[in-house]
Amino acid sequence: MTELIIEEQESPFKKGVQAGLSIAIGYAPVALTFGLLAKTTGLTMGEAMLMSIIVFAGAAQYISLSLIALGTSAFEIILTTFIVNIRHFLMSTALNEKAEDDSLLYKAIYSFSITDESFSVVATREGVLKTGFILGVNLIGYFSWVIFTGVGFVIGANLSETLQESMSVALYAMFIGLLVPSMKKGVKVIYLAALAAIFNTIFTYAELLSTGWAIVVATLLSAILVEFVESIKQSKGDNHEQ
Amino acid sequence: MNSEMVWMIIGMGAVTYISRLAPFLLFHGRELPSFIQGVLKNVPYATLGALIFPGVLFISEDIWFGLLGAAFAFVAAYLGANVIIVVLGSILILSGYSFLFS
Repeated sequence: MTELIIEEQESPFKKGVQAGLSIAIGYAPVALTFGLLAKTTGLTMGEAMLMSIIVFAGAAQYISLSLIALGTSAFEIILTTFIVNIRHFLMSTALNEKAEDDSLLYKAIYSFSITDESFSVVATREGVLKTGFILGVNLIGYFSWVIFTGVGFVIGANLSETLQESMSVALYAMFIGLLVPSMKKGVKVIYLAALAAIFNTIFTYAELLSTGWAIVVATLLSAILVEFVESIKQSKGDNHEQ
Repeated sequence: MNSEMVWMIIGMGAVTYISRLAPFLLFHGRELPSFIQGVLKNVPYATLGALIFPGVLFISEDIWFGLLGAAFAFVAAYLGANVIIVVLGSILILSGYSFLFS
């Protein structure tokens, strides 16, 4: 037993927990805000925490709240969640290359808690990734996310009505806060966001599609169109070089 | 807990887990076509655009309520404020706005 404890102090898992600490700290305010917004959206504390426990995906959880507030159907919300989270596919694909060969059971366990943040911490490491290390990074973020969702919900219960009304902007402010730093890095992001915004506005005002579908279709149209234009540009660029 | 809500959450969790797990099951050194990889990388930014507009205009009957909040968030984020400051600042601005104009 003593040997086991000594061994664990040096374990990849513990190193992972240490490396993931910054994620845990970073998640705290975001999860707090989620818990608080879940409360204002009308979810129970159990539902809010269940979402953080089962889904564990920040953007998708925030999005689902705004869709719930809009009265969107469960099917559309699940589909939107799928579309928003399909980017995990890429991260897992990259991780699959970099992770040590281990049983599929372990991979199935740690893949549950892969996020943009844990991926960026893990994928920037040199060499082959140990299963324990990935698990450590992922788990500390996970616990922070779940616990602070609950804390945020409890705090949210004591907010004044005026403040709760003003909080309805929080989701949108958060989306803008996530988008703008990326926009500064490249024009492509601006085109992507602007096109999707224009498509969604057209769909909404023309009442062509329901809210959830409008977001899904606008997103895919914009993502495909921008990629298409970019690949044409690239192939033209290649021709010029020749 | 509302059972429809619980099932929806389980559904959200399932579809999220599928995209996290599937590559480990499917790929062994194989790569997706680069066009599809590109589209997937574009999705988060496009989603954000579609989520912000036109939804932000509808958060209150007063269209300026949402526009003011969005404008503040944009400027704050552009100046380099982190997401939490952007969120809390927008809430504060709109609290002030509704205190003054309603």
